[in-house]
Amino acid sequence: MTDSILALNQVTKHFGTVEALKGISLDVKKGEFLTLLGPSGCGKTTTLRIIAGLEVPDSGTVLLQGKNVTFWEPNKRNVNTVFQNYALFPHMDVFHNIAYGLKLKKEKKPIIKQKVQEILDLVQLSGYEKRMPSHLSGGQKQRVAIARALVNNPDILLLDEPLGALDLQLRRQMQVELKKLQQHLGITFIYITHDQEEALNMSDRVGIMNAGALEQLGTPDDVYERPATPFAARFIGLSNIFDSVVEGKDSSGNLILSYAGGTIKAQGEASVGDILTLSVRTERVLYGQEDRFGFSLQGVVKSHHYTGGLLRTVLQLGNGEELTVSGMGGGDNRIPTGTRVSIQWDPACSVIVERRRRP
Amino acid sequence: MKHRRLSRKKGLSPAVVPMYLWTILFVAIPLIYILGMSFLKKAETWGVVMEFSLESYQGIFNPTYLKVFGQSLLIAFLTTCITLLLGYPFAYFTAKLPKKWRSIVLLLLIVPFWTNSLVRIYGWIILLQGNGVINSVLLSLGIVDAPLKMLYSFGSVLVGMVYALMPFMVLTIYNSVEKLDWSVVEAARDLGAGKWRAFLTTTLPLTMPGIMAGCVLVFVPSVGLFFISDLMGGGKIMLLGNLIKNELLSAHNWPMGAALSMVMMAVTLLLLYLYKRVSGEKSLEGLL
Repeated sequence: MTDSILALNQVTKHFGTVEALKGISLDVKKGEFLTLLGPSGCGKTTTLRIIAGLEVPDSGTVLLQGKNVTFWEPNKRNVNTVFQNYALFPHMDVFHNIAYGLKLKKEKKPIIKQKVQEILDLVQLSGYEKRMPSHLSGGQKQRVAIARALVNNPDILLLDEPLGALDLQLRRQMQVELKKLQQHLGITFIYITHDQEEALNMSDRVGIMNAGALEQLGTPDDVYERPATPFAARFIGLSNIFDSVVEGKDSSGNLILSYAGGTIKAQGEASVGDILTLSVRTERVLYGQEDRFGFSLQGVVKSHHYTGGLLRTVLQLGNGEELTVSGMGGGDNRIPTGTRVSIQWDPACSVIVERRRRP
Repeated sequence: MKHRRLSRKKGLSPAVVPMYLWTILFVAIPLIYILGMSFLKKAETWGVVMEFSLESYQGIFNPTYLKVFGQSLLIAFLTTCITLLLGYPFAYFTAKLPKKWRSIVLLLLIVPFWTNSLVRIYGWIILLQGNGVINSVLLSLGIVDAPLKMLYSFGSVLVGMVYALMPFMVLTIYNSVEKLDWSVVEAARDLGAGKWRAFLTTTLPLTMPGIMAGCVLVFVPSVGLFFISDLMGGGKIMLLGNLIKNELLSAHNWPMGAALSMVMMAVTLLLLYLYKRVSGEKSLEGLL
């Protein structure tokens, strides 16, 4: 636990009658890039504001470098925030925006000047010292906001959807730059976004939040390949989520389950009769190929949806259930709709996201 | 499109005609009329003599008149300072109230102004006079032995002025505080500023346009307001407004009244201009 820089312990917060946070616990390691991912209103911004000290939790504790800072004022914490709308000081030029924190620390003028210069070089905005925020583009404001926070050398940099207002091209570019910056400086980043691609692309770990709770915390591979809850499976990527009943086990230890009038296989532990909710990523489902995994379902190609790089195909199963499949399929080699196909997938890709005993 | 834009630049849109008419009829012509009047001579008994004269302007350098100028500017200055000091916190905390409460507080601020201003000033007289409400309470509580002399003084006129002009200050500042992007203040806190420092470096400069507008809206009328000093000053406190009123209505010296009005306007504009130059404040751009 020596390398833990931040620990939230059962933090709760409500606004009026709305429960914004229902007991969030979180441990962040030094130098980590952690992303909180969730839909709007899930409590991720509230979590960030509690870490920054802009909100006080109703219960629970916030430990920063092992010290309990739950009730500390924001200016006493060595944590800086990049706000969602940048929140640059509109009445100060770029230099004074960035120098703001250093001045409060009573740094000497030449040192302030030098540090501002260095950080401007780092965010590639040298020569913009005299510009007013109103004369900067969105991407430039973004860089100033990041520079203004980073120049204070915080223990943790909090970023609240910093790229939300930028267009897609610029966002991709900034993602790469931010990640580089973080690795270069070795500062812990806690990053908030509702963009799953951003989260998976940049983070060491991703926390998926929903309705004031942390549903899953893990590496990008973890949360994508092994979603822990139906929400996590639904929120990231495209999944087929369905209930099936455990029938038994095969010789290699896979669970055999009944689904859509046939049988499928999954990995994991369960007793016969349990009802499992499974998540199968759409790109893991194979159809119209020879049997490789010892089970197959029968279905009919119902429709194709071309989305550019990927082709999404809806398959109708025997009992009316539908499965979505995505794969490369840009050209003319689509299986015509109405074709009967056999459907299968690697049992390891059937992820159990919820389990109930048969009533 | 291009053609249209060009024609708009050259010609007048019919929609601005009423505004121009209004300005010409009710602002420009009266101003020119008063300006002209100020260079005329008072007739022996009634009216004016159509003859160019600087008599009225020379008359202003009479020490009595200069004293009135000084007193008026002092009262206007103090009124502005006091309304600002009281009005800013009021506006600030009102803007931070939950929405539902905000409108109630603002309503309470405005409701008195739906009644006649004379009635409200008489209300103050009832409060402040020798056997008035405040003195009765103080006497019955034994805090004072004899009634305090509060009415008909510089102080009571100041109270009346502050009371009458406070809403202008509060409402303009409220507007600017309400529009404030609070995340900027939070950013200051986040970067290490304490509550006061954050206020002084973000909230205050960002609400400066509201402060400036409020000060102008209070200062300018308080130089010329006469009925408050009439009623609450008991004729002892002579302000510019009173002087002008007297010249026009009692002394029938219209050129003098006109000259005083012109000088009052000039002094007010000069002060605002000086303030603008000194403070480098850009928010007065529309006013000056």
